[in-house]
Amino acid sequence: MPRVKVARKSTAIDMTAMCDVAFLLLTFFILSAKPKTQDPAQIQIPAATVIGPIPEVDFSTISIGQGKVFFNVEGDDVRKKTLEIMGDKYKIAFTPDEKNTFAGVESFGVPISQLKTFLALDPKQRGTIAQPGIPVDTTNTNELYDWVHSARLADKYLHDKDLKIGIKGNSEENFPTVAKVISTLQKQKVDRFNLITSLKSK
Amino acid sequence: MAELDTSGGGKHKGGKVRTKKKATRVDLTAMVDLAFLLITFFILTTTLNKPKAMELIMPDKDDKNTQMPVPESRTMTLLLGDNNKLEWFVGEPGKTQPAVIGYGKEDLRKVLVDQNNLIKQSHGGQPMIVVVKPSAQSTYKNVVTVMDELNITGIEQRAIVDITPVELALLKRDNLYK
Repeated sequence: MPRVKVARKSTAIDMTAMCDVAFLLLTFFILSAKPKTQDPAQIQIPAATVIGPIPEVDFSTISIGQGKVFFNVEGDDVRKKTLEIMGDKYKIAFTPDEKNTFAGVESFGVPISQLKTFLALDPKQRGTIAQPGIPVDTTNTNELYDWVHSARLADKYLHDKDLKIGIKGNSEENFPTVAKVISTLQKQKVDRFNLITSLKSK
Repeated sequence: MAELDTSGGGKHKGGKVRTKKKATRVDLTAMVDLAFLLITFFILTTTLNKPKAMELIMPDKDDKNTQMPVPESRTMTLLLGDNNKLEWFVGEPGKTQPAVIGYGKEDLRKVLVDQNNLIKQSHGGQPMIVVVKPSAQSTYKNVVTVMDELNITGIEQRAIVDITPVELALLKRDNLYK
């Protein structure tokens, strides 16, 4: 009987295409990953079971930690417009440079009177200095009220959408601080908020 | 594919000098491994890190038209104190003795479900109304937990209301407020 010769095949597979795809996907994921926003205060968010996703645009976050309040609105263009409206309200003229810097600052917590000095700092310092928080008191027009109002105006003007508002509170924060923020929002008839939470099982 | 034609070495002084043929094929296994490892890492970090939100709807403060009278017998009040404890009672403050419980599944959820059933039975299927009153020493986490439990138990009629001095005195008496 003649021996059946099995043709020897190379076991090396051509991986070029696979490699291409892998790196393409990798690039996609790296580019689509949003850098984590650094909160000026340590915030440990509480957990809840019944929750939904939060929008990524037309969204504003009010962070509450260590008794201080920080404000952020998504989108560079909205931030810029918000600062312009705030500048008009408080009669502070911001230079184009300052506006551009502000467009890149995510979450901040300084009174508007100190905003110019805050924006003049270099980005590294801005991350490390202790921010006093945005003034929130029980008066009818506190600064947070104006920030939220300006951001809503700016978002309406630029995107023609209603700005959604999220509250990101620290778990161990005493409730009165949060209540002050909520009552500030209710003064401008914002009665729907998203409480930012992490997921837990029932 | 990814190979270059390296054949054909040059002729040298009439004599044949053979250059050795070398394969330019690189082993891509390690590279692909690394790429997929990184992909996995990015997939996991991007999807798992997304924060979620619980929706909270507060009643309109100025709108007097939607406010309706609430029968005391259907109302359950939760007073949130310090040290992750709360107390609850049904009806008017002072008339019924409040009970101190924690926020766990066995405490708060059980009470909510039981009371809801009791009230539904005695009021012909009308649901219970829950009034949440956080004191100054309760934490934000406490309020979120209570709202979450109300969502789980399906109690739609609820409100966050400021605490009154009478109720604060109750908390103080039970050592839930300093």
